[in-house]
Amino acid sequence: MGAARTAAARERLIRRIAKPLVFAASLAPLAWLVWLATTGGLGANPIEACNRFLGEWALRFLIITLAITPARIVFGAGPLIRFRRMLGLFAFAYVCLHLTSYVVLDQFFDWGEIWADIVKRNFITVGMIGFVLLVPLVATSTNAMVRRLGGRRWRNLHRLVYVTGVAGVVHFYMMVKADVREPLVYAAIVAVLLGFRIVYASRRRLAKGRGAQASAPTPKTP
Amino acid sequence: MMIKRRHQSDVRSSEITPKDVYMERRRFMAAGAGALLFGAVGATPAAAARTKLDGVVQGLYQADEEWTPYDDITSYNNFYEFGTGKDDPIRYSRFFNPSPWSVTIDGAVEKPGTYTIEDILKPHALEERVYRLRCVERWSMVVPWVGFPLADLLKRFAPTSGAKYVAFETLLDPERMPGQKLGVLEWPYVEGLTIDEAMHPLTLLAVGLYGETMPNQNGAPLRLVVPWKYGFKSIKSIVRISLVEKQPPTSWNISTPREYGFYSNVNPEVDHPRWTQATERRIGDFFRRPTLMFNGYAEDVANLYAGMDLVKNY
Repeated sequence: MGAARTAAARERLIRRIAKPLVFAASLAPLAWLVWLATTGGLGANPIEACNRFLGEWALRFLIITLAITPARIVFGAGPLIRFRRMLGLFAFAYVCLHLTSYVVLDQFFDWGEIWADIVKRNFITVGMIGFVLLVPLVATSTNAMVRRLGGRRWRNLHRLVYVTGVAGVVHFYMMVKADVREPLVYAAIVAVLLGFRIVYASRRRLAKGRGAQASAPTPKTP
Repeated sequence: MMIKRRHQSDVRSSEITPKDVYMERRRFMAAGAGALLFGAVGATPAAAARTKLDGVVQGLYQADEEWTPYDDITSYNNFYEFGTGKDDPIRYSRFFNPSPWSVTIDGAVEKPGTYTIEDILKPHALEERVYRLRCVERWSMVVPWVGFPLADLLKRFAPTSGAKYVAFETLLDPERMPGQKLGVLEWPYVEGLTIDEAMHPLTLLAVGLYGETMPNQNGAPLRLVVPWKYGFKSIKSIVRISLVEKQPPTSWNISTPREYGFYSNVNPEVDHPRWTQATERRIGDFFRRPTLMFNGYAEDVANLYAGMDLVKNY
């Protein structure tokens, strides 16, 4: 009874307080951008500054989303899973805003030029691939779609986000002229987050293998 | 002589009183904080001062376009010696003191030597020239420079027949130029021109802009301005000018030879490997505009490259 009551309280805490807070916090960068844009805070080249700002936050939200699973395992913080979808969708939202800023502000719907960029400029090609791979993930982000696909298939599909994480970092790295320090910091973080999964999965496989061996009937010695 | 302003509609930053007042206050506070932090008692930060240049006459070249506002020209800079962010130069050059300054002129000249900036400037009448500045990153500005033709300076030191190219060098001093502590480029920054390019009447040695001494973030006290080439060719804070026989190395070419050639003439038909150079955004504009061949100076300079393959010699 007591356990059920604590669980219900925790549920209320997550639903009514934590989730709205995370939602509001995720909107804060956008609000900040609007503030900067309306007060001249974006400097002499506001279009470039806006584009950079949105691109960086898209990458940051991707990284936050990719950090949920490792954080749950390392810190035993299971309930973090409740925020993963929202954060992932915010990552997509910032990617979309970044892309919109490029199409509308930077190129002003010059589709010929945009297409030329996508096919000719490697860093834009890579960025576009990262974006396109997110679309099926967003489309299958509802509970109903998870049920329809089944857990295993859904999980496999959503591993595409790893590719987008790498694409985001590569896109940034290839864009800068000479000072690659910042993209390298992001690259290191993504490498740690993806590396963690590889190490964790292989250790689990190993442990499972050992477990299977242990539980198998002991071979008879001849 | 007063500088005649061509565009009455332009509002000088100094005319916008409130901002000017608070910028001054900020500068004052920054100077105070700097003095506290670095113990630079009595040292007036040179960057804060805006000094009017006397005796500036209207030069030959006047781009008939709206000038980019002073605040934009001085707050959006590529000057990696002070950091790689666009707002790093204005921030980190604040306490840079370009005085005393000397320039070495050597190589294939009859009168080599190291001269104080005062001796360098003394015989030259300063003129105002309004040039378009096209950055390789696809943005552009219109800048009213103050300076004198490089050719006039070079002639004083009597180049010999061995002078086929001119090599330039920026100050190397990581203590005063903190960006040089980073390995993003090889330091010191070096640039070069052919002797014909250097002797061209458009090629300017600039000591100021908007009728005032050169702000630190724009390359005080002496910089090159070659308006038909991408901005990085116009080397800042020059300490050495060498007349040489062979094509000298240039910083961005050393860094990424595939992307930045020796010539780096503005050319809408030759793409940068990572972006098209066909269009540019003028600072302050929303829409991109087409980039002009040789940045609109084709009439003056195209003959320098007659018969040259501009795709190969990018």
